[in-house]
Amino acid sequence: MASSNVADVRPNRKGSAFQSFRQLVDSVIDACEPIVEWMIRLSGWSAIVFVLAIFAFVFAQAFFVFENDSMIPSLWTKLDFVEFFTSVKWRPTSVVREQYGIVALLAGTGAVTVTSMLIAVPLGLGAAVYVSEFCHGKTKETLKIIIELLAAIPSVVWGFIGVAVLGPLIIDVTGSPIGVNVLNASLILALMSVPVIVSVGEDSLKAVPDSYREAAEALGASKWEVVYRVLFPAAKNGLLAAVLLGVGRAIGETMAVLMASGHKAQIPGGLLDPARTLTATIAAEMGEAPRGGDHYRVLFLIGIVLFALTFLVNLIADVVVKGIKGKQNG
Amino acid sequence: MVPHIEFDNVTVKYGSHVALDQISLTVPPKSIIGIIGPANSGKTTFLKCINRTIDFIDTAKVEGNVRVSGDDVRSLRNVYELRRRIGMVFPLPVGLPLSVYENVAYAPRRSGMHNRHDLDQLVEKCLQQAMLWDEVKDRLHTLGTKLSGGQQQRLTLARALSHRPEILCLDEFSIAIDPVTTMKIEDVLLELKNEMTIVLVTNLVQQAHRLADQTAFFNQSKLVEIGDTEKIFTEPENKLTYEYVTGGFG
Repeated sequence: MASSNVADVRPNRKGSAFQSFRQLVDSVIDACEPIVEWMIRLSGWSAIVFVLAIFAFVFAQAFFVFENDSMIPSLWTKLDFVEFFTSVKWRPTSVVREQYGIVALLAGTGAVTVTSMLIAVPLGLGAAVYVSEFCHGKTKETLKIIIELLAAIPSVVWGFIGVAVLGPLIIDVTGSPIGVNVLNASLILALMSVPVIVSVGEDSLKAVPDSYREAAEALGASKWEVVYRVLFPAAKNGLLAAVLLGVGRAIGETMAVLMASGHKAQIPGGLLDPARTLTATIAAEMGEAPRGGDHYRVLFLIGIVLFALTFLVNLIADVVVKGIKGKQNG
Repeated sequence: MVPHIEFDNVTVKYGSHVALDQISLTVPPKSIIGIIGPANSGKTTFLKCINRTIDFIDTAKVEGNVRVSGDDVRSLRNVYELRRRIGMVFPLPVGLPLSVYENVAYAPRRSGMHNRHDLDQLVEKCLQQAMLWDEVKDRLHTLGTKLSGGQQQRLTLARALSHRPEILCLDEFSIAIDPVTTMKIEDVLLELKNEMTIVLVTNLVQQAHRLADQTAFFNQSKLVEIGDTEKIFTEPENKLTYEYVTGGFG
């Protein structure tokens, strides 16, 4: 009786032990669910936290002095903000009177960015269309590799090319007395932005389903018509993102522009005038500005201006995309 | 009489895979040919040969001659002109990223019709023939891709009709359309036969029976049998055909 009981019960016991183990694992997994959820939530929020923290740090460096564990506002009272936003004169180290006017720097950044985008956007989108739609097999693969290689060249090397190759070339061709100027910096920046625009643009064109192409082609549309009537509207968000990344690169690029632009704080009168950008100013002067001094703080203030500029670009792009969407839904 | 579509010993290979194997057939003008056969038997490849969209598949190699109205399609200099003469409806609906109206007006506008009034009339007519007009007449300017699957399918039919093609190729057009609407469109197709030649690829064997003048049965890349629809459905010569049309295939 007893032995048969044992024989009967054992497998059951084993089974129930196994089952309770499974239940345990399941309940542990269930318990982990909120933890995982929170981790994902945290990583989402961390992006916002980082951006805010960077902004707060730059802001604090620009405007506050820390003394005896208390914050004392410093730049508020000293800096002439009207001069900051309206003056062309950037003389941070003047012995007579220091002047911090960023108009010339803004003009430099504007001129270089706009000119480089005028070159890079048509070139980049054209290349993206060519690689994605008109090119096959080995040509395509080779082109893509070379374009990616272009993106991997360090910016200081680009600057070097600007000074050593492009500069003399510009002097030869245009007869301009100096080779490092808006044109030089724009060409270099354009070459740097093109690979970004091409690879993001090509990805978004590739994401358009083939059935769209087939349908349009069956209607008798030529290849070019397929591109601009079907692919461009279908891929517009991705293409806009590509252009924006290019603009972002152009505004934010520092080293190459510092070397190729001529770095002269003036409003450029033409493509052949030297200019100076916001980013290059920070990079060139940060090392020499005494820490905590007015000059140092103004450089951080320029950082805030750059922040605002990129924010503005993103905002405009957002509005544009929403505008396109609204028009189509209406 | 010159046949409208003529396949003369056509073989299509995708790399080493043979998709069409020595197909020869003719389709007289203003008739409906039904193409039936199991999956992967070459039906869609057959359609792609007619309007030369096969060109877009890099690995495809075409041997033999395909003639439309007596002209070899490969000798045609302007392939876009050929495609404009042929309407094509794909099995899965493809609404171009344009409004409903623009989807239909695209092709006629391309070929030079710019008068707003004419375009409006043409769009309405095509949408009515595709049995879609009543459902979309109040939202002609919403995106075509926002319509339901079945509506998009009918939109592609309207689009194919919009350039008044001389040949209409339908690749399983009724796959996403309810039976009642399908029957209505079938009536329209019978009317359209007075204007154009229709190539009807279908999985619904009875659809071919209802509509087609002659029916071709494809199996494993080969044309097993072609003949008058009545004959194919009542006394086919090939045993496979008999089994397929009576539902005992495989």
